[in-house]
Amino acid sequence: MLSKRIIPCLDVREGKTTKGIKFKDNIDIGDPVEMARFYYETGADEIVFYDITASSEKRDIMIDVVRRVAGSIFIPFSVGGGIRSVDDMRKVLLAGAEKVSINSAAVKNPDIISKGAKAFGSQCIVLGMDVKHVGVKDNIPSGYEIVINGGRTYMGIDALKWAIEGQELGAGEICLNSIDADGTTTGYELKLTSLISGSVEIPVIASGGAGTPEHLKDVLTKGKADAALIASMIHYGNYTVGQIKSYLASNGVKVRKSW
Amino acid sequence: MIVIIDYSAGNLTSVAQALSHIGFQCLVTSEAGEILKSERIIFPGVGAAGSAMASLKRTGLDSAIADAFRMGKPILGICLGTQVIMGHSEENDTPCFGIIDGLVRAFQAEKATENGNRLKIPHMGWNSVVIKKEHPVLSGIRRDDEFYFVHGFYPDPDNSEHVLGTTNYGISFASVVGFENLFATQFHLEKSGRPGLRMLENFCKWKP
Repeated sequence: MLSKRIIPCLDVREGKTTKGIKFKDNIDIGDPVEMARFYYETGADEIVFYDITASSEKRDIMIDVVRRVAGSIFIPFSVGGGIRSVDDMRKVLLAGAEKVSINSAAVKNPDIISKGAKAFGSQCIVLGMDVKHVGVKDNIPSGYEIVINGGRTYMGIDALKWAIEGQELGAGEICLNSIDADGTTTGYELKLTSLISGSVEIPVIASGGAGTPEHLKDVLTKGKADAALIASMIHYGNYTVGQIKSYLASNGVKVRKSW
Repeated sequence: MIVIIDYSAGNLTSVAQALSHIGFQCLVTSEAGEILKSERIIFPGVGAAGSAMASLKRTGLDSAIADAFRMGKPILGICLGTQVIMGHSEENDTPCFGIIDGLVRAFQAEKATENGNRLKIPHMGWNSVVIKKEHPVLSGIRRDDEFYFVHGFYPDPDNSEHVLGTTNYGISFASVVGFENLFATQFHLEKSGRPGLRMLENFCKWKP
């Protein structure tokens, strides 16, 4: 039986992790490679890197990070942020990432999903979706709308329709981020996650809102998510991946317990 | 020298990195001559069976691999590499190598349920392996170890003797197959953490 995946997310700017992270051990808290290795060794099932480097000239720094991560951890990892073309995808994948995540570039130009899937296979292409609850409207029948620019720009696209379209274009997975829940640590957006995950064939990673292990249990059961993204709850040392997994296992959620 | 076969079917960086991490040198090659000279062979791959077989035939790598098998060189198949050593794949209705007789079948979305919940296709993520037959490459693998899978098709050997391990995903399917000097996994052992690296190391030392 397939395990539910627990996926730490690291924000990287110009080659350094950005969140103030309280590690007790001898880990360089600014180094994404060391952090990835720490999470790899302590039970993470996969790692997501999100490159928030603003200037495109400094993007190649991320390629070097990816290369070093690939030599240090032996679980899948994906890279998102700033990927706008098949060429950008190729660089990241050749450096050793398992998957690339595309978000606003896909909203602006959906062709990039099918081009990427054709070039590298659907299993490499994660469709990242930033979603806000806006209530049911004529053009937003699900009540959830696709947004970009960190939630500042509404795109007039229905989230459910976009998820299904992304799957048809060849995305192999969806990373579903609720902008409403993001950063609240009060729990994932269960209704949105369940709606999307129950309507597509491909796996859905829930993102945004995790604060306690119970939040993960809820999104992996009621929310029907296949995987859960976590960030601050582990970066600030409140929980370890192992603690979260023990809680999930004792509450009937199948997780990988041997690493 | 250990060679990793490059036939434009996916990214080989991770296999090479994993080998280097456990202290083995390797050569990534698409030359038939290098394969025939090698000590052992890793045959990975992601993508579709049809284009993979077309590429292998065009480059003559198909006969080099078949020859290397007959010469008794240890061969490790991974994911798509494991599927194309079977007889025939339902994916693109593709005739394959036939080193192991049997079909490569598609997961049936409508049949794939677990406790009444619809299962997603492809099978993507961590799952366990029930060992059916002891094998030197499986040495040290524990019952609760899990491995990373990404696939929509699975091998189904005709002879159950060729099934070394099985995995449950709606149905029970062969996730580890083997025959003489061939050992092959449907999962990505290069992306399966400690137990995957252990199997890779076992393979590098295996003397069939």
